[in-house]
Amino acid sequence: MKEKILTALKRVIKSGLNSFWRNRWISTATIGVMVITLGLITGLFLISVVAGSILSDLEDKVDISVYFKLETPASDILKIKSELEGLSDVKGVEYVSREEALAKFQEGHQNNPLIIKSLEELGGNPLEASLNIRAKVIDDYESVASFLESSRFAGLVDTVNYRQNQKVIEKLSSILATVRRSGLAAILVLAIVAVLVTFNTIRITIYSLREEIGVMRLVGASNWYIRGPFIVEGILHGLAASLLTTIIFYPSVLFVSPKVSAFLSGIDLAVYFKNNFFQIFLLQTLVGVALGVISSLIAMRRYLKI
Amino acid sequence: MIHFKNISKIYSPHMVALENVNLIIKSKEFISLVGSSGAGKSTLLRLLIGEEPPTMGEIIVGDVSINSLSHQELPYLRRKIGTVFQDYKLLATKTVYENIAFAMEVAGKHDLEIMEDVPQVLSLVGLEGKAGQFPHQLSGGERQRVAIGRALVHRPDILVADEPTGNLDPVNTWEVINLLLKINELGATVILATHDNNIVNNLERRVVLMDKGRIIKDDEKGKYLI
Ligand SMILES: Nc1ncnc2c1ncn2[C@@H]1O[C@H](COP(=O)(O)OP(=O)(O)OP(=O)(O)O)[C@@H](O)[C@H]1O
Ligand SMILES: [Mg+2]
Repeated sequence: MKEKILTALKRVIKSGLNSFWRNRWISTATIGVMVITLGLITGLFLISVVAGSILSDLEDKVDISVYFKLETPASDILKIKSELEGLSDVKGVEYVSREEALAKFQEGHQNNPLIIKSLEELGGNPLEASLNIRAKVIDDYESVASFLESSRFAGLVDTVNYRQNQKVIEKLSSILATVRRSGLAAILVLAIVAVLVTFNTIRITIYSLREEIGVMRLVGASNWYIRGPFIVEGILHGLAASLLTTIIFYPSVLFVSPKVSAFLSGIDLAVYFKNNFFQIFLLQTLVGVALGVISSLIAMRRYLKI
Repeated sequence: MIHFKNISKIYSPHMVALENVNLIIKSKEFISLVGSSGAGKSTLLRLLIGEEPPTMGEIIVGDVSINSLSHQELPYLRRKIGTVFQDYKLLATKTVYENIAFAMEVAGKHDLEIMEDVPQVLSLVGLEGKAGQFPHQLSGGERQRVAIGRALVHRPDILVADEPTGNLDPVNTWEVINLLLKINELGATVILATHDNNIVNNLERRVVLMDKGRIIKDDEKGKYLI
């Protein structure tokens, strides 16, 4: 029994390799369409990585600051800080003491003797201590702000700059959401179109072999014996397409990456691509093989009914 | 034994291909199925290999009822039957050698057996030199012989030949008929569908005459009159 299965497997593989080679023009066409599909999917994937990192960069730039009245003791502020850190919406809180605020201010205006001079004339430190709060998601700032305004520390708070920036933040938040949603939809639609084109190419090939498939049934081949070589071919198509896509993509990414970096600092596509090379290659291969195998299996279903 | 029990095949109300056919074919018999074009010969043979189900009735081969076979079980029946189709039905993407070997491969025959038997069959049907050709590179008669080779290479219990001499000259025709007789002598039941009264008259075997989907005559050692 085991020997029979091995024999059948050997024959199926041999037959698959054989027809892959004999139908090399059809194979080439199928692989070509698959390369376009995989390339498109990989490209879209990389674009979404870039876009995603732009968006989260932008999101990271948003924070709110709470300024405390001059007489507020540092210990109270630290208490508020740890309480804020306990909130689930909050990603991080940074404490800027009055001294630090002054140092920063002086540093920022050291080329402006007028300001430095008037500061000296004032005597003492006119700057307030503050907490810089970063929320996990841009939409959470509202709740953080209202927490501060309503907590038992509300009396210590001088200003929360969220209220000044509220419009901008809300606007940004809705833009980010729209970009993410429509980007994802566009990517999905394009990927589905590409997959359908590949599926159709394979379907046409199978259609041209429908009589052949029927004859195999009539001379006593089981369904799996007939499907086998097509599965082998599908795997070969997927592998070849994935390899080719990588061969095309690798240099392209290396070429494009510096231009992207120049444009958007902090994004290094080449490094990202290299670091994730195997995952990307594996994913491509899986998609290619699955596309090749599943398409032929679906396309040949009706011709196996004899 | 093959038993057609009250078989009808109705494609549409005005296209009744077979009407209440009853036929028993004994094991190792050589039977000719004759009748004018459209009489239903091919249809009867198609039902025998389960290519289509009958509209009514039951077909029994050996001790199994074909109607009851599942889609997965059909291949086992077909491996016991060698079939020569009226339109050859060769595998266009496979060579002559591979076409003949295919019938043995699907039956799970051993590689050594295949390497031994296929060349023998090739020489039996006179195609030794054409093993590597593809069907489209062959003449009609050569294709027919490949089909015959494929039908008999796995030594089936039953050999069904639909118009196997349709494209052959008289010399080749008799070679094919003699081949069928030989297979029959070796123990296979042979069912031959043909128009050729010359063959039938010279065979002196059982003849079943069909007309408009019915059996109208069944003679041991019959002649094909009309
Ligand atoms: N799939 C089908 N759909 C509808 N009608 C069919 C179908 N197959 C066969 N027929 C009809 O059934 C009748 C019998 O056909 P069949 O092929 O059995 O004839 P035959 O005796 O083999 O003829 P020939 O000697 O010309 O091969 C014909 O009239 C044909 O038109
Ligand atoms: Mg016919």
